[in-house]
Amino acid sequence: MATTVSLEVRDANPTKALREFLARLLTEGLAGGVLAGKHLSANGGPQGAVMPTLVTDPALLETTDPLAPSFPLNAARLVSRLTRGEGEGSLAAVLRPCEVRAFTELVKLNQGAMDNVILIGFDCYGAYPNADYPRFIASRAPDEATLAFLAAASKGLTDGEGYTLARACKACEHPAAGGADLNIGLFGVDTGQRLLITANTPRGEGLLNRLALSDTDPAHAQARESALEELIAARSEYRDTMFAETATATESLGKLGAYLSNCISCYNCRAACPVCYCKECVFLTDVFDHKPWQYMGWARKNGQLRMPTDTLFFHLTRLSHMSLSCVGCGQCSNACPNGVPVMELFRLVGDRTQRAFGYEAGRNAEEAPPLTVFREKEFAEVTGGTD
Amino acid sequence: MERFEPTIVAFVCNWCTYTAADLAGTARMIQSPNVRLVRMMCTGMVDPKYVLKALLGGADAVLISGCHPGDCHYINGNYKARRRVKLLKEILTGFGVDERRVKLTWVGASEGNEFAETVNELVEDIRELGPGETSRMMVI
Repeated sequence: MATTVSLEVRDANPTKALREFLARLLTEGLAGGVLAGKHLSANGGPQGAVMPTLVTDPALLETTDPLAPSFPLNAARLVSRLTRGEGEGSLAAVLRPCEVRAFTELVKLNQGAMDNVILIGFDCYGAYPNADYPRFIASRAPDEATLAFLAAASKGLTDGEGYTLARACKACEHPAAGGADLNIGLFGVDTGQRLLITANTPRGEGLLNRLALSDTDPAHAQARESALEELIAARSEYRDTMFAETATATESLGKLGAYLSNCISCYNCRAACPVCYCKECVFLTDVFDHKPWQYMGWARKNGQLRMPTDTLFFHLTRLSHMSLSCVGCGQCSNACPNGVPVMELFRLVGDRTQRAFGYEAGRNAEEAPPLTVFREKEFAEVTGGTD
Repeated sequence: MERFEPTIVAFVCNWCTYTAADLAGTARMIQSPNVRLVRMMCTGMVDPKYVLKALLGGADAVLISGCHPGDCHYINGNYKARRRVKLLKEILTGFGVDERRVKLTWVGASEGNEFAETVNELVEDIRELGPGETSRMMVI
């Protein structure tokens, strides 16, 4: 049974309570550094940038605000950088549930290690796309905007003039970080009074013991459970509608081509993807430096050739590389300059392929990625019944 | 009407199916001439990209053929190929590509007749299915 404790919130400001909690980790030597989203421009600024920042001085946690509905990039790859190879002291990383799951995938692909990191997840209401967040925060002070968001989101009111929650978040059926060492509970919790902290791992348990926080009233934990279930049900429904629409829109290769026709091959979706980890992508190698006569030959085949070429090839190849590890964070769509609905497509295919292998990306660190293992007898249908 | 002649790209393992194809040829077995063989060192090195490129380039089907389970020259390459083909089929069928257009078979080095049969069957299947979508469209 996971331990759940209560973190007292003063001045009705849960962000402040979370900052104090993180400061305690640093001052009590439980973590050598904290990686968390931090407002980098004072007072929100015109950009309102909230970037993952590695903080070692507790005094500088002042504008740290992991609960801000801003999700500029999936920080799993940053944690991978911070944990791969020899470290120095332990790191506490405050991540969204999809970041925790992406990091779990990266660890399984030998791109990071769990040994020296405390993963702190939180109940995630979602975030605004990069283009929308500045419009959301407008000229408000960062804390004020985040508190207003938490209050509105708990009632399901996230969209306003000029800003709507990312579709990936609306379709996310994993809003809580079950795989993190600690999860900060917000759903169904009166966040003006308290935050719930649940330990999911022995490391998390140990940490809570050392911090000596008081156990929570079981009724509070129960209220959170039911709020979580409700949210998952609503999001699953949204996801299923999204899947059905996307499946119809891409039911043939011709339709898939039309779906992707705005793609300019900038490869931003790949750069933003937390689980696309190759140092050198094959699509940037000279394999794709075609000769002029090749283009002419392809064009002659059907009388015309769309330039840039290899768009379908790129996306299908990427799907064969990452769909089994896709956690649905939606950063691909966030990074797309042309509004191609790539998240919808990648999530749909990810759902199909993960289901085919009985796998769920980021579910747990012990489950081997499907293409790294095999069994002697399996998938007989692939070879027409012979194995 | 002219009979549809499918174009099929086959990635075959050097240690088994390629030898079987050779055997089928030297034994003068009747085979459809629609298949273009690409000799690989193992089905385990058939990158999904090769299959995708062949299909997008206008092939009506792709055949991958390697050693029977347990017979792989490199111990387990064929098992890895089976998982990759499974993955490819999952991805492609979602986009309306008929499952029969990606075929994985096991054909041992001595099974020349088996190879000829596999080829003839596949060509008949694809003839029935008709040309692949990519042979008629501008692939973006």
